[in-house]
Amino acid sequence: MWNWFFKLASPPHFYALAGRLSYWLLVPAVVLLAIGAWGGLVLAPPDYQQGDAFRIIYVHVPSAYLSMMIYVTMATAGAIGLIWRIKLAHAVAASCAPIGASFTFAALVTGAVWGKPMWGTYWEWDPRLTAELILLFLYFGYMGLRGAFENLTQADRASAMLAIAGVVNVPIIHFSVIWWASLHQGPTLSKLEAPSISGDMLWPLLTMILAFTLFFLGILAMRVRAEVLEREVQSRWAEDVLRGASPAGVNS
Amino acid sequence: MAAAKLQTAPVGEATDSPALGLATLFRVVFVRDLQVGLRRWTDASNAALFFILVVTLFPLALSPRAEVLRMIAPGVIWIAALLATLLSLHLLFRADLEDGTLEQLFNLPYPLGWMLLAKTLAHWVITGLPVVLMAPVLAITYHLPASALGVLTFSLLLGTPTLSLLGSIGAALTAGLRGAGVLLAFIVAPLMLPVLMLGARATDLALAGENVTGPLYLMAALLVLAISLVPVVAAGAIRISAD
Repeated sequence: MWNWFFKLASPPHFYALAGRLSYWLLVPAVVLLAIGAWGGLVLAPPDYQQGDAFRIIYVHVPSAYLSMMIYVTMATAGAIGLIWRIKLAHAVAASCAPIGASFTFAALVTGAVWGKPMWGTYWEWDPRLTAELILLFLYFGYMGLRGAFENLTQADRASAMLAIAGVVNVPIIHFSVIWWASLHQGPTLSKLEAPSISGDMLWPLLTMILAFTLFFLGILAMRVRAEVLEREVQSRWAEDVLRGASPAGVNS
Repeated sequence: MAAAKLQTAPVGEATDSPALGLATLFRVVFVRDLQVGLRRWTDASNAALFFILVVTLFPLALSPRAEVLRMIAPGVIWIAALLATLLSLHLLFRADLEDGTLEQLFNLPYPLGWMLLAKTLAHWVITGLPVVLMAPVLAITYHLPASALGVLTFSLLLGTPTLSLLGSIGAALTAGLRGAGVLLAFIVAPLMLPVLMLGARATDLALAGENVTGPLYLMAALLVLAISLVPVVAAGAIRISAD
């Protein structure tokens, strides 16, 4: 019953699968990106208050959503790796971190660019912004810890531990930041509230979220593929791959 | 202490010492760490001195005016306490890992997390408690009114053990790494931010003459949460480092 699972966790099989998988994820991602961008930038009407500036939402919201989703994915993969000692799960966790940090950075930058015309300032110590910035530090800490170990197994297990500790902390950080901000004087610039968004603005947003998610998964498959190859570079199948032959024992 | 009643029988036959109760075990580890820590008093006093140093920097850099100092005092003292904790964390497990003490603890038929909790508490008594005790004195130099001194000290008393506990995760993860001081600070500081925000806010509220129970209860909750969860994580982490 679990056969498929163990087969999936075997590096040569995963290597072959991830190659095809990344293709099947990235092609729809690009198509959906095009549709979403066209819907968001051309078809959607300008916002009655924000004019055309609101259109950055189509990059900002998917990035912010992914920044958190990827952290949870990373911690989950790390926990799976720790508990069941599956090396592939550690490879997934390791590959998540730079992608997640990039989306966090993208969310912060698009937020700043959006904040300037809307709030009149690039940065506001708003709870969501602050929490996002802390998330970026958590990603950097994870990558820093992983990079500090010379022993790969130790790096895998220690960073997985840190990711799990981080994931327990994320809600605490989130709520304490909200509580902290609520005690500050009210924001002088009216905060951006999204009142029920109209349909012709919403569908491009949902399309973009789906496109970004597929894009993440496609990039993740590519990164994990490279990570697995690097980890297994001593093995027969990796040698075969690097020589340009199809990996032994895999009929693709 | 309810846990003191729990007697654990040693597993295996090789132990010739009588079974220790968990409370005795805790005390033995705690006292031993306290003695070792105090004998290396230059290391231990660094945290306290660093705390004073940081607090001294702000009036020099910002302004010596009483109203400015009073406004920034809660934040400055809390930031200094956080930095002092970060600075002292690398001492927590490293020496014991290098001389093999930790390996011996691993082999004992007792819960490792419990012993790590005792070690972390001893570490807090050496590095955190002096900070708590000095805070009201330094706060007076910041012209903090007497009404806020109690809340400041109490919030530090509730918060700095949580900082030490959270830091023990990072210390356990980096115990085997050379020169990991900055890395250690970087990985644990984000986890410590809620304590910093709550502690500084509680003192701020006291300064404004408002009700401070909310943040203090939350800090107490975080401390209880940290006491119950952190030892398990730290035990897992230190085993990874010792591999």
